[in-house]
Amino acid sequence: MDLFIQLTLTGLTSGAILALAALGFVLIYKSSDVINFAQGEFLLIGAYVTYAMVGQLGLHWTIGMALTVLVSVGLGVLVERLVLRPMIGEPIISVIMVTIGLSSLLKAIASMIWGNTPQAFPPFIPSTPVKILGATIGQDRLWAIVVAFVLLGAFTFFFRRSREGIAMRAVADDQQAALSMGISVKKIFAWAWSIAAATAAIGGALVANIVGVGPELSHFGLRVFPVVILGGLDSIPGAIIGGLIIGLLEQYTGGYLGNGLNQVLPFVALIVILMIRPTGLFGQERIERV
Amino acid sequence: MISGIFHTTYEQDMALRTSHAQKVRLVILVLFLLAFPFFANRYALTLANQIGIAVIGAIGLNILVGYTGQISLGQGGFMAIGAYTAGILTARMGVPWWASTLIACFATAGIGAIFGIPSLRLKGLYLAIATLAAQEIILWVVTHWKVVTGGVDALVVPNPELFGLRMNTDFNFYWLVWALVIVVTLATVNLFRTHYGRAFTAIRDQDIAASVMGVDLFKYKLLAFAISSFLVGLAGALTAHYRSIVTWERFTIDVSVLYLAMIIIGGLGRVTGSYLGAIFMTLLPVVLSNLGRALKGVFPIVEALIPFIQQAAFGLVIILFLVFEPEGLNKIWKNIKDYFRLWPFSY
Repeated sequence: MDLFIQLTLTGLTSGAILALAALGFVLIYKSSDVINFAQGEFLLIGAYVTYAMVGQLGLHWTIGMALTVLVSVGLGVLVERLVLRPMIGEPIISVIMVTIGLSSLLKAIASMIWGNTPQAFPPFIPSTPVKILGATIGQDRLWAIVVAFVLLGAFTFFFRRSREGIAMRAVADDQQAALSMGISVKKIFAWAWSIAAATAAIGGALVANIVGVGPELSHFGLRVFPVVILGGLDSIPGAIIGGLIIGLLEQYTGGYLGNGLNQVLPFVALIVILMIRPTGLFGQERIERV
Repeated sequence: MISGIFHTTYEQDMALRTSHAQKVRLVILVLFLLAFPFFANRYALTLANQIGIAVIGAIGLNILVGYTGQISLGQGGFMAIGAYTAGILTARMGVPWWASTLIACFATAGIGAIFGIPSLRLKGLYLAIATLAAQEIILWVVTHWKVVTGGVDALVVPNPELFGLRMNTDFNFYWLVWALVIVVTLATVNLFRTHYGRAFTAIRDQDIAASVMGVDLFKYKLLAFAISSFLVGLAGALTAHYRSIVTWERFTIDVSVLYLAMIIIGGLGRVTGSYLGAIFMTLLPVVLSNLGRALKGVFPIVEALIPFIQQAAFGLVIILFLVFEPEGLNKIWKNIKDYFRLWPFSY
């Protein structure tokens, strides 16, 4: 029973981090129909920039985080303007491939600046263990859940209430209609990419706080896929719930079955979900017309 | 289309090469391929063999992605199946290399068709994600099914032998690889002149319309996956026999991405594009590392950065091609040809 609680707690916390990475992914897909294979690299860059600000420059972590978010927003805008905008109207394979190229480029740049070896991260969130129901868990892991849910709330509010959020939903629904209502689609895309990069950076800083910072962080980019497929590619609550479910699945299979099954089972689940219900739990069904 | 050429017989209509210039270029190319191994040094031959294998793999992927429009990120996994099937059969059971290669091709075709089943319900990016999952699952099986594959340990494969000639040198292997490349090229070019090939193209252009016109989507999509995987398996099996060592690192998601990059940079849905892309992507890291070593004297820091520069250049090349020349090297080659053919009246 203790093992169960332990696994559940670890699963929920790593699920929350997965959800954070997935959140930006969903945001980009929702507004611009682009699958971002570079999401893991956004996370990586975010972690490295936080590391540079807090660890190398010695700034206070609040200032460091704020600067990291700013840098990420800049990166998102830059990427959207230089790489994604020329891709509007191109076939899906080109768009997929351009984000893959981007991921390779970003990873290489990060390695050029910070090297290829993992570094210890200056802990800005205390990792002192906390006892819950007989299971021990690092405090930093619990913070991941808090941050994920705060961001979820903020995004839900943003999409329901704010002008930009509503415009973003309009663009997602029908780009031409949104254009004719006077919404700048370009601006909306830039918004989506910068917010996605910023959430990824926050996620990256949280992961780095737990496991340290190194090129392996970009693996999150691939682990995001089962999450978003389960939750539905265009659903923000889906990203959170999908993240938690996949996080739990990984921990239970790792804890009870072992043998590295936790690495592969999410992908098996992915194929099963795609075969049964391609839109995922909360995704919107789109009818294809010829 | 070249203007000014009028077909008066069925033979002319069916010929693969119609214009005089095309025939001359083909002869030059064949002569070059025949003469190359006698002039080239060992390093150039190694590269030529790598390119040959890459061409086969790229043509295989192009059949699926470029001609049939089914995006696949599972290339690395399928190559692994080909390499491990051929490797295990030859190394552990003593099956002759040609038989193990053939079995590997069929095994890969079968497994490729199984992973093609999701393509009946999914398309576009959903299919890309499904094949990505296939890649991860296959590679996981390869590294964890220790009894059969040896897990993460390398599998040593004896050199193949043909007509009493051991294929242990690059010179000998060259003939084997490039003979296969030519067979694969001819087969592919002709495939798209049959009703199978036409059905594939119809599915790419609009699958619903194709099914309305009587193309059995189930049959042809699976067939496209099978044919494509057959060639990819061949490339994998050749890798096993050529390197005489099989390790899982050679078949990661990076390989899938590399091959996709080849066919996109070369030109989707063009056999020539597969050639150009395979040559370009194989030579790019080589050229970069030579350049880095040459610059070592001026900027000592460059040498340590070479692996990262290669990775960055890889990403950058993909982005630049997609932004500035989405039709790839094939289009550039065509523009060059047009320039000279129409010169000096290029309007």
